[in-house]
Amino acid sequence: MSGRKIGEVILDLKNITLRFGGVTALEDISFDVREHEVRAIIGPNGAGKSSMLNVINGVYRPQEGDIILRGEHHANMDSYGAAKAGLARTFQNIALFKGMSVLDNIMTGRNLKMKANLLQQAVWFGPAQREELEHREKVEEIIDFLEIQHIRKTPVGRLPYGLQKRVDLARALAMEPQILLLDEPMAGMNVEEKQDMSRFILDVNDQFGTTVVLIEHDMGVVMDISDRVVVLDYGKKIGDGTPDEVRANPDVISAYLGASH
Amino acid sequence: MFYRENGQFKTSYEKDQQVFSIPQDRWAIFAIIAFAFIGIPLLVDEYLFRAILIPFVILSLAALGVNILVGYCGQITLGAGAFMAIGAYAGYNFLVRISGMPTLGAILLGGLTAAVVGIVFGAPSLRVRGLYLAVATLAAQFFWDWAFLRIKWFTNDSPSGSVFVADVSLMGWTVNTAAEKYLFCLGILVVFSLLAKNMVRGSIGRQWMAIRDMDVAATVIGIRPMYAKLSAFAVSSFYVGVAGALWGFVHLGSWEPAAFSIDRSFQLLFMVIIGGMGSIVGSFFGAAFIVILPLFLNQMLPVVGGLFGLDVSIALVSHVEIMIFGALIIFFLIVEPHGIARLWSTGREKLRLWPFPH
Repeated sequence: MSGRKIGEVILDLKNITLRFGGVTALEDISFDVREHEVRAIIGPNGAGKSSMLNVINGVYRPQEGDIILRGEHHANMDSYGAAKAGLARTFQNIALFKGMSVLDNIMTGRNLKMKANLLQQAVWFGPAQREELEHREKVEEIIDFLEIQHIRKTPVGRLPYGLQKRVDLARALAMEPQILLLDEPMAGMNVEEKQDMSRFILDVNDQFGTTVVLIEHDMGVVMDISDRVVVLDYGKKIGDGTPDEVRANPDVISAYLGASH
Repeated sequence: MFYRENGQFKTSYEKDQQVFSIPQDRWAIFAIIAFAFIGIPLLVDEYLFRAILIPFVILSLAALGVNILVGYCGQITLGAGAFMAIGAYAGYNFLVRISGMPTLGAILLGGLTAAVVGIVFGAPSLRVRGLYLAVATLAAQFFWDWAFLRIKWFTNDSPSGSVFVADVSLMGWTVNTAAEKYLFCLGILVVFSLLAKNMVRGSIGRQWMAIRDMDVAATVIGIRPMYAKLSAFAVSSFYVGVAGALWGFVHLGSWEPAAFSIDRSFQLLFMVIIGGMGSIVGSFFGAAFIVILPLFLNQMLPVVGGLFGLDVSIALVSHVEIMIFGALIIFFLIVEPHGIARLWSTGREKLRLWPFPH
């Protein structure tokens, strides 16, 4: 973790409450994320971790509370607005575009930055081609970074699970996000794949200065790579702090880590 | 052995992004286009042009349009016939109501009108999908069938709803003979196919496919579903509308609303499903299958019957033709659900490595 300096609060979540009918998925949750840090959200199944991520990037809109992103209120943004505001995410159950090649999947991440209109694209020669080449270079950098050169022309549906997860990350990185939301990036991976993925996450954080918010179940990984951890249980926040503080928190221990009583 | 790309290295992304990045493919496609423009008019007689080639070219264009919507963007439509009708009748109205309107201009304006109507009738796709969307587009089919039959203004007050276009001309060239009609339609098809290929390999094509494959993830990545879906409806309807105008102006000459009935919508959808969804070349395969096969069966059955000493009556031929045709569709859907285009690309992949299995 060289040369990385944790900055000011970039994302501030205040008193978020999210209900689905009679079910309260998140209740009065507040926490903040600082620039360049790796922030983990942990909690038992059904604690509301994914709902939290969905709130942050506009898939769900909370009934109460405020989301402040770089000093601006964003409680009512939709997921398109979140993408424009510089938030990218990966999904728990990989949501890649199965019929498209790895390259095309990652190129979709550049969509917001591509400006050629429909007619220019139909003609191809001129602005559309220039733009396509320019963004291809960027995408190739990401492909190099994540070491997936050998599969760039393969349809993602044919790839094994671990590589699909990596392509999912590549697509999110292609957006050049300020904040990267990762929903269980290591679920279902073996130890080696987890090590690779941890290395990529730390490299992204280190080299691009991207702020990372991640949900993860593997406690070893979480405690190793994150700067601060927030713990949810049944939609409530029960702990927040550095990995060491969280590990020592008695509420967290009884609810989640399951140490001896 | 001849179809090899050994030793061909792409040294720039520009070369990698070419439509036909393998020289053999490039030469093959140039040869096919040259043959279609020069060879076929020399070899083929009037009947083949009228019965097979002109319908094949025009319906390929329509199938291409449907494929953009159904195959690339994943939105289902049962109203393609109506959009052909809109292209034809709108083009007709531009032609008769604006003096000095060139035919090609009227055809393109007909397509543009269809595109605008396509956006309106595509709006339900923002809310509903799948079978419900199919029903919504079916409503478009019934509505426009009715409108062109009953609203006399659309047909320039002709009593039976039937209209005709005297002759088609392009910058002083009068498109008269069957061969000329074929070349006119083929020219439009080639240009439009190229434009479609450019769209589907570019940013808009990726947006369409992203919406088709996983719409939630597409929104999260910064794709607006409204823009992607409605642009697919607009482009698709434009293609189908131009095809409809060509069908009326060039192929039929005079037509009535029944020419664009729901049968036509189903036919176009079958072409896309059989040919290959999400494939440009698949549209051509599908159109060829649907247009040529029935005629082929029609000609072949009496011959085959003759071999076994059977006298096949004309009525029997038409029944057996439908039965074999239906059976073949089912056969194709079971053997290769991704259509003829997938068989084609699998074949090519194998050929690249031949004679080695991997």
